[in-house]
Amino acid sequence: MPVAVVVTVIIAIWYAAAVGLNAPWAHDKAKRAGQELGLAALVQDTWSQDKPKLPAPHQVGAEIWKTTVQKKITSKRSLVYHGWITLSATLLGFGFGTVFGILLAVGIVYNRTMDMSVMPWVIASQTIPILAIAPMIIVVLNAVGISGLLPKAMISMYLSFFPVVVGMVKGLRSPDRMQLDQMRTWNASAAQTFWRLRLPSSMPYLFTSLKIAMAASLVGAIVGELPTGAVAGLGARLLAGSYYGQTIQIWSALIAAAALAAVLVSLIGVLQRVTLRRMGMQE
Amino acid sequence: MTQAKTVIQAQGLDLTFETNDGPVHALRDVNLAIDKGEFVSFIGPSGCGKTTFLRVMADLEQPTGGHISVNGMTPAQARQRRAYGYVFQAAGLYPWRTIGGNIRLPLEIMGYDRADQDARVARVLELVELDGFERKFPWQLSGGMQQRASIARALAFDADLLLMDEPFGALDEIVRDHLNEQLLKLWDRTGKTIAFVTHSIPEAVYLSTKIVVMSPRPGRITDIIDSPLPRERPLDIRDTPAFLEIAHRVREGLRAGHGDV
Repeated sequence: MPVAVVVTVIIAIWYAAAVGLNAPWAHDKAKRAGQELGLAALVQDTWSQDKPKLPAPHQVGAEIWKTTVQKKITSKRSLVYHGWITLSATLLGFGFGTVFGILLAVGIVYNRTMDMSVMPWVIASQTIPILAIAPMIIVVLNAVGISGLLPKAMISMYLSFFPVVVGMVKGLRSPDRMQLDQMRTWNASAAQTFWRLRLPSSMPYLFTSLKIAMAASLVGAIVGELPTGAVAGLGARLLAGSYYGQTIQIWSALIAAAALAAVLVSLIGVLQRVTLRRMGMQE
Repeated sequence: MTQAKTVIQAQGLDLTFETNDGPVHALRDVNLAIDKGEFVSFIGPSGCGKTTFLRVMADLEQPTGGHISVNGMTPAQARQRRAYGYVFQAAGLYPWRTIGGNIRLPLEIMGYDRADQDARVARVLELVELDGFERKFPWQLSGGMQQRASIARALAFDADLLLMDEPFGALDEIVRDHLNEQLLKLWDRTGKTIAFVTHSIPEAVYLSTKIVVMSPRPGRITDIIDSPLPRERPLDIRDTPAFLEIAHRVREGLRAGHGDV
């Protein structure tokens, strides 16, 4: 119920803003036609322009409906088609990022030299704006003959490995002194301590990191579609929309991306709850 | 029980921690022999080095001077041969493993085969009276039951030395009484040598064949009391004059060690 109230309020604000932002254009039009615009006519016009500054929610909704349900998913105009292009890059990059992040974290926890040297680089890598580095990754990979899905996945990975490294380093170090001493009294090897104690202990940290990584991964995939002039993907829809002033298209792509992120993150949330409950780490 | 083989032999043992506030003498000139089958309690105020001494036996701390042997070996060799089981103050069970799985953990690490693991888990669960709880998870058990499971875990492999660091310290008095009684029975049945750290005088006197009184700054042994109590000890032995006399002597020893405070 509180959720419904908040959503209603947001939509109300959205409609009001649409009136405000689109009013100048409506007045211009009316003046040129030599008409006087009443309030009802003004509202009606601002909510139904072709290229509004801010499209009204129902316009975005209609556009999404039109480009998902009413189009074949193989069509270039289908949002599902574009969403799938972006999703595949996101998932591939997320997979790479997770594996790479876990490997780096293991290295950092077990190797003193890596502990001292790698972490600053990892942090530095995230201070570089992704928009600056994304075109270079794509150009460089293109030069060696790799194009399409993989470069975008690389950019996704670049963003998503970071939360995994940070979370897993903390997670792998979460066993306390007593638990490590206990392993020592059994004369356990480093590998046994890792598989039986450190890795299971790190699971709550891993899942929290994965949620952030998934969202970052989606952002990476969309950003990766921008500089290439890609013809497909949610990023390409955003770009094409802004070229042609198709604000409704931009907004529907944005909403689609947000919905995609929400679904992906909540999937990890479900996985997290199931796993941790089975591991007895959550009541 | 007839052969008096020495399990722990410490001579002139010293351990100094270097801290930012200067050196801390955790142990100074500690001399002690523990024979096979004995139940030895270490009692003293915090900072007297009783836990540190236990950790030295377990090769978890390195002495800075003197000599110590465990089963005639260095503590490091003894640890590598899994000569002892160590019970910590907290049960430290893994929440993602069942009680059976937790007891199995050291057995997996030590490479016992599957059938042997099963047999041992069943045996030690029966020993600590937790039979039927093998498939339960730690959070389904009370604190006292968890601690019993952790004792079972330390008993599961073939170590005849049991090092226990205030294992019942976090439990309430009634549970503690019950576990003390059980521990004595277990000691009697298994014939293990037990070194037991506590800060409770009744607990030390009730359990031990030998009570080692320690005092702090520097950590040292101030008294070693051989208990004249019989091996068979019902709980109400704690009201007998013999028991009270030993308890009195322990208290005196603690007070003497604390004279400078």
